Amino acid sequence: MNTPAKIEINAVYKTFNEGAKAIQALDNANLAIQPNEFVTFVGASGCGKSTLLRMIGGLETQSSGEIRVNGQPIDGPGVDRAMVFQHYSLYPWLSVTDNIKFCRQLKAHSRDRTSADVEKAAGRADALLHLMGLSHVPTAYPNQLSGGMQQRVAIARALMSRPEILLMDEPFGALDAQTREVMHDLIRHVHRIEGSTIVFVTHDVEEAIYLGQRIVLMAPRPGRIDTIYEVPLPAERNQDMKLSPEFLALKREILVRIRETSGMKTDLEQLERLSAQANQSEA
Amino acid sequence: MADSRSRLWTLRAGIPRKVYLTLALAGLVVPLLLWWFVSGLEGTNKVFLPGPADVLARTWSWLSADDLLGDMAISTWRVVAGWLLSAVIALPLGLYIGSYRAVQAFLEPLTDFIRYMPAVAFIPLVMLWIGIDEGSKVAIIFIGTFFQMVLMVAEDVRRVPMAQIEAAQTMGATRGEILTKVIVPSAKPALLDTLRVTMGWAWTYLVVAELVAANSGLGYAVLKAQRFLQTDKIFAGILMIGLIGLVIDQLFRQIHRLAFPWLSGRH
Repeated sequence: MNTPAKIEINAVYKTFNEGAKAIQALDNANLAIQPNEFVTFVGASGCGKSTLLRMIGGLETQSSGEIRVNGQPIDGPGVDRAMVFQHYSLYPWLSVTDNIKFCRQLKAHSRDRTSADVEKAAGRADALLHLMGLSHVPTAYPNQLSGGMQQRVAIARALMSRPEILLMDEPFGALDAQTREVMHDLIRHVHRIEGSTIVFVTHDVEEAIYLGQRIVLMAPRPGRIDTIYEVPLPAERNQDMKLSPEFLALKREILVRIRETSGMKTDLEQLERLSAQANQSEA
Repeated sequence: MADSRSRLWTLRAGIPRKVYLTLALAGLVVPLLLWWFVSGLEGTNKVFLPGPADVLARTWSWLSADDLLGDMAISTWRVVAGWLLSAVIALPLGLYIGSYRAVQAFLEPLTDFIRYMPAVAFIPLVMLWIGIDEGSKVAIIFIGTFFQMVLMVAEDVRRVPMAQIEAAQTMGATRGEILTKVIVPSAKPALLDTLRVTMGWAWTYLVVAELVAANSGLGYAVLKAQRFLQTDKIFAGILMIGLIGLVIDQLFRQIHRLAFPWLSGRH
């Protein structure tokens, strides 16, 4: 690579608990993410994908190894890395606009407090309302919005400070399938317009392929990076591509690999024996 | 008809407003009628069970000749003072217990221990340390209220969703900013509910508090009436305490509705 990586993950290990109850959540994770890349993490539960994302966000610390952003080792959360959570992260006592502008109340964002900057921030909030399709509900409270609309607010809030990196932890996991499709196109649009580097965690393989330029497949016990796939789709995507042969082939390949690594094998013979027994006793 | 009848017994199903109000009214009127009926029965001794009319007459004579309003005022003052003192200390303390595991480890087991001790058992100590004037009554109410309140406040604070806190962290908020701009506003509705519930408990300690060398107040009046077997006055005093409690409770609920319009769901 000739461009310096935006995010470098070098020999990262993470152990939860100590002694006999220790769980290896991440085992030697290595990854470089390029500027403006859209990377998705998938994998069976317990593979450490959320843990790795939260470590990039500075919400969790690695047991060993290092994570660099723009070449600098990270030390806790920072305004250059915004995060979108699955739910319950909005402030229900603030209106949509005030949620989006929340970061303006914080000292970390107060270096620019001239009236021109304040005006620019108001303009930014307004632009985000339009970008996220929220311009008709600026004064609504989160409780008055559907799940999909709430996540639009959460994304707008994360984008408010123009973060270089957007970290998304299963942000659409609680939404219905139709709303999800709309959000997928929206987030791809955001990626194009904002030019941010996006790291997106999901358990939905289709979502991972449709959104990502690269897919990082992780495996559990111990949590680790298993395979990295390049997505063979053009930069411009549309929903029809989900039925293309390349898409389906990659989907099958990833699903098979997740099944192989998940360690959750059903004992079919045992099941058959049990149902045979049940039938016998009925007869 | 069959449909609406089954609806009444469907788990958690809504019922028409009219039905709700009728039932609520019946819930108040039926015991009153029952009381009136039983107290009027042949052979019911008025010393054991005075009727509604006796209690009403006694309340009137108390009001007109015996300074009922003064008793209500002094009792309300004692309860509110003890409760307010609890709140002033419990709110910040609970905020820290709920936010920092170290503070929790240091203070919560002790608080848990003390809250099981009966407030009434502290009366001799309170008299010894504080004396027998107003301060001691306030102190008893404080002891009865404070330790429960701290734990409830801490729990309210702990219930603030972690995602709200972490979202602020990723936006660069400092610890102080997270406390004041996220945790406190997020916990406010629950905290107001805690204040409402503990106010109710503070009232239940009134009679205990007025055991301590009081010569005024509703609790004192009830205790004195016991000495003279004025059962109707005991009834009147208890009902007055209940009534004041009900009014204050409704006041809190009203404030809750007005202060947190954002709690109401989708239109």
